[in-house]
Amino acid sequence: MTKLLRAVFLVILFSVVSACEIQPVKSWERGYLAKPSMQLTPDEVENGLDEHIYFSKEASTGGQAVGGGGCGCN
Amino acid sequence: MKKISSKKVRDSLTLACCSLLHSAPEARAELLKDVQVDSAVLVYSESDGRVSLIEPVIKLKSELDEDEFLNVQLVLDTLTGASPNGAQISTVAQTFTSPSGNNNYTIQPGDIPLDDTFHDTRVAISASLEKPLDRLRKNTYSAAFSTEYDFLSFSAGYTYTQDSQFKDTTYMAGASLTSDTIGPVGGAPIPFAAMQPSGTASKLGDDSRSTIDLITGITKVLNKKTITQLNYSYSRSNGYHNDPYKVVSIVDGSTGLPTYNFNVNGDYLYESRPDSRQRHIVYWKTAHHLTEDVINVAYRYYQDDWGISSHTVDFKYRYELANQNFLQPHIRFYSQTGADFYRHSLTDTEALALPEYASADLRLAEFTAFTVGLKYSHQLGPKEIISGRVEIMQQTGDSSPVDAIGVQTTQDLHPDLTATILQLSYSFIW
Repeated sequence: MTKLLRAVFLVILFSVVSACEIQPVKSWERGYLAKPSMQLTPDEVENGLDEHIYFSKEASTGGQAVGGGGCGCN
Repeated sequence: MKKISSKKVRDSLTLACCSLLHSAPEARAELLKDVQVDSAVLVYSESDGRVSLIEPVIKLKSELDEDEFLNVQLVLDTLTGASPNGAQISTVAQTFTSPSGNNNYTIQPGDIPLDDTFHDTRVAISASLEKPLDRLRKNTYSAAFSTEYDFLSFSAGYTYTQDSQFKDTTYMAGASLTSDTIGPVGGAPIPFAAMQPSGTASKLGDDSRSTIDLITGITKVLNKKTITQLNYSYSRSNGYHNDPYKVVSIVDGSTGLPTYNFNVNGDYLYESRPDSRQRHIVYWKTAHHLTEDVINVAYRYYQDDWGISSHTVDFKYRYELANQNFLQPHIRFYSQTGADFYRHSLTDTEALALPEYASADLRLAEFTAFTVGLKYSHQLGPKEIISGRVEIMQQTGDSSPVDAIGVQTTQDLHPDLTATILQLSYSFIW
């Protein structure tokens, strides 16, 4: 698991570092990025329902945002 | 679902929104045009007659001014079924006192001890207001309230976001405060108190918990087809963290059978957890556009001071069909280590010199979970979409731990959990 964790952090680190070095994407080049399907959370209602399910069945929660409704399910 | 056009309903919505904004209905009524409505019904069902949940949601989003958005969401959920009470499966029949303290229920040999009095209805309302400061900066204010029979929660939050000059990088920082009141059926048990026969009062009143959440993150456009986000979150909660309905079995140190020293029906102690918890979370997600399709990947690393750490990997592949319809397979993998104080049971010797904390809640045990699902989305009109998804989730833990005693070695000490998730959604512009 430690190897997996290290690999994931390397991928994240690589993404962030490489992002710092690339040229900005011009506004007229953002046709794909502007599509609703390219939202990082394309379906907020579905995302919220999943968060609720997994919060009530697992020990881990959070990471995406702060706030939101409480629940006595865990 | 039928499109809603009634003026009465619109007025009610206006009033609800304005109540949340503390402003006069007249001042906002003009602004509630072209409301984006996202509605859904979730049906969650566990196998073996365990928990079932029906959860309708409606979310409204309205642009009050240029780039100024108001979001209001209402969630109802109704839970029924049976939930594990924490006691171990045994080779003998076991009798438990219901949470109210007024009744008994008996579990047959070889069956998972489930409390079938488990049911609740929850109502949750949340709202957020996104308010731009200028072309690049934005404040978001949020508030949430939820209530159920044994739980009440209030939350308020604030998030600040700032775009870079070319809007290819967004920096975000936020905080929220949550206050929970826990009022368990029959009262909150004293930690490590022995479950008493029905009709014996042995519990306290309500209790409370407060939580502060902090988050910071960066979102970056990597290229014409890729966007990525990295967040770090910290959370600290203080107060009542026990599950008031969970017990820990006391078993004979050599046979593994229940003992009967504190209760004629068997010895079960209410669990005891720490009164604070700190969590650290790193969350990364990326969306990448292929020629037609879109890949969404997310990873979360979680760690807390109860000894739990976890990895979550989530993968969605949006396969584009004709006319903006799509199919979306979904895979989720989750793996967690157990809490330092997780115990499947305590021995009668340990019961005489109890550890500081102990819980037999399987959600605090080491386990892995796997979810696989498929979603279909159908475009009915320019801004009218209907979709459905079906998913299967399975949790698997260590059924035969090395510290099992006597008859416990013949029992499944971590039964698998299988659940079905069904969701129907409908979105339109009102």
